[in-house]
Amino acid sequence: MIEIKNLTKIFDSSETGAKKTAVDNLSFKINSGEIFGILGKNGAGKTTTIRMMTLQTQPTSGEILFDDCSVEGNPEMIKQMIGVVPQHVNFDRDLTVIENMELHARLHHLKREERQRRIQDLLKYVELTDVTNENTSSLSGGMKRRLLIMRALIHRPKILFLDEPTVALDPQVRRRIWKLIQDLKGRGVTIILTTHYIEEAEQLCDRTALLKRGKLIALDTPAHLCRLNNAANLEDVFIKLTADSLQD
Amino acid sequence: MFDDICTVFWRDWIVLKRRLARFILSRMVAPILYLVAFGYGLGRSITVESGTYIDFLVPGILALNSMNISFNSITPVHAERVYHKSLEEYILAPIAPVSFVLGKILAAILRSFIASVLILILALLFGASLQALADPATVMIFLAVLLLNSAVFAAFGFIAAMTVTTYESLSQLNTYILLPMSFLCGTFFKTSTLPETVRFFIELLPLTHTVELLRAMMTATSIPLPPLVTLLIWLLVTLKVATYLFKKCSK
Repeated sequence: MIEIKNLTKIFDSSETGAKKTAVDNLSFKINSGEIFGILGKNGAGKTTTIRMMTLQTQPTSGEILFDDCSVEGNPEMIKQMIGVVPQHVNFDRDLTVIENMELHARLHHLKREERQRRIQDLLKYVELTDVTNENTSSLSGGMKRRLLIMRALIHRPKILFLDEPTVALDPQVRRRIWKLIQDLKGRGVTIILTTHYIEEAEQLCDRTALLKRGKLIALDTPAHLCRLNNAANLEDVFIKLTADSLQD
Repeated sequence: MFDDICTVFWRDWIVLKRRLARFILSRMVAPILYLVAFGYGLGRSITVESGTYIDFLVPGILALNSMNISFNSITPVHAERVYHKSLEEYILAPIAPVSFVLGKILAAILRSFIASVLILILALLFGASLQALADPATVMIFLAVLLLNSAVFAAFGFIAAMTVTTYESLSQLNTYILLPMSFLCGTFFKTSTLPETVRFFIELLPLTHTVELLRAMMTATSIPLPPLVTLLIWLLVTLKVATYLFKKCSK
């Protein structure tokens, strides 16, 4: 289980000296094995929250616990436990598909035989065995996304963070990624997902948290959120709860 | 930690292996021009107390080339950090920041080492005697000094890659710091000919000490200790700062 306690992140602007609160006193729990969605408009604090949970950004205050273990004193243990699929494609452009996978496996201390077997299995799983020796820049958008997810899974993380995993993909590829995410849930992986596609959250997530200006404004199952807000679907809930004014 | 350093090094080795021929050719252009212009051309009319000018010149070219290659080998970390974001892969990995820094520095040292060996071969072809390097012990120390120089400038390159925000700033570092050092740190002429105030600053710089050490070995005089200590201090400081910056980037 992951527990977020009073998490706050305040950024200082080096140019103006102004302070901006990106995440404001956030608290929630994520159960093992669930798909947990974090929704919100641009600038709501979704990515900052994920970056703090994945140790890429230090919180200003608050605490993050993985199975009652604080990330503060155990960064290497937590990093071994999590997999991260970033919003942007961040492959090493000088390496091929298989070399990118190999680099990740080595950085996560997989033994030679295990990493070779694991890489082959994962590439086969997403039908990328034909492009193993190609440079990642030659892959299509969908292939890159599938490869990003597989790379994050090499070291068998218990928790997978997906930051906008289907952004800019066509509907067919998006559905394929959804199937992949559901398969991973079936294998017991806890998934934390941010997305701009509300339909995606509705289809995939067991529970969703709605953020607005860094604050948690709602947290429940998509169905319960719809009932509570008397809405036909999650998109209506999202519009109703996150709108600030008519200009929105 | 050792395995992690090897992993970081492995990545750079793969890239270097793929581009080895291109790397060697591109890195030979500047030293050949220096040897032709200053050694073969201008150098034939210059004599120095220790012997021929080309023998005086070779340590300088070796030092400045190892500085340029190690610095520029590591600066692509800037693009990995700012543009491609592939540095995140290391930030998210369960490795110590110092492992990443050391792996990158070792890869830069290897590139610099390959280029240095080629320059020595070229120098022989251009008529340098390199007699002092007939002694295996001197060769070992000579290479150790080159390695130390490469490590200092690789660490300096890492610091630059972690701090500058644009490609333009990186090229400005080359123009305003590396280029003046290439010419003023005793590479082509003795620093004793410089005005005292200028010399004071020049002698604070690591390249001056590398050139002094290499030249002492080439002329078979005893190895001076102060430049060696100064280089070691430079290495410790730059390594510490580089590791701090990577750690800071991880947060």
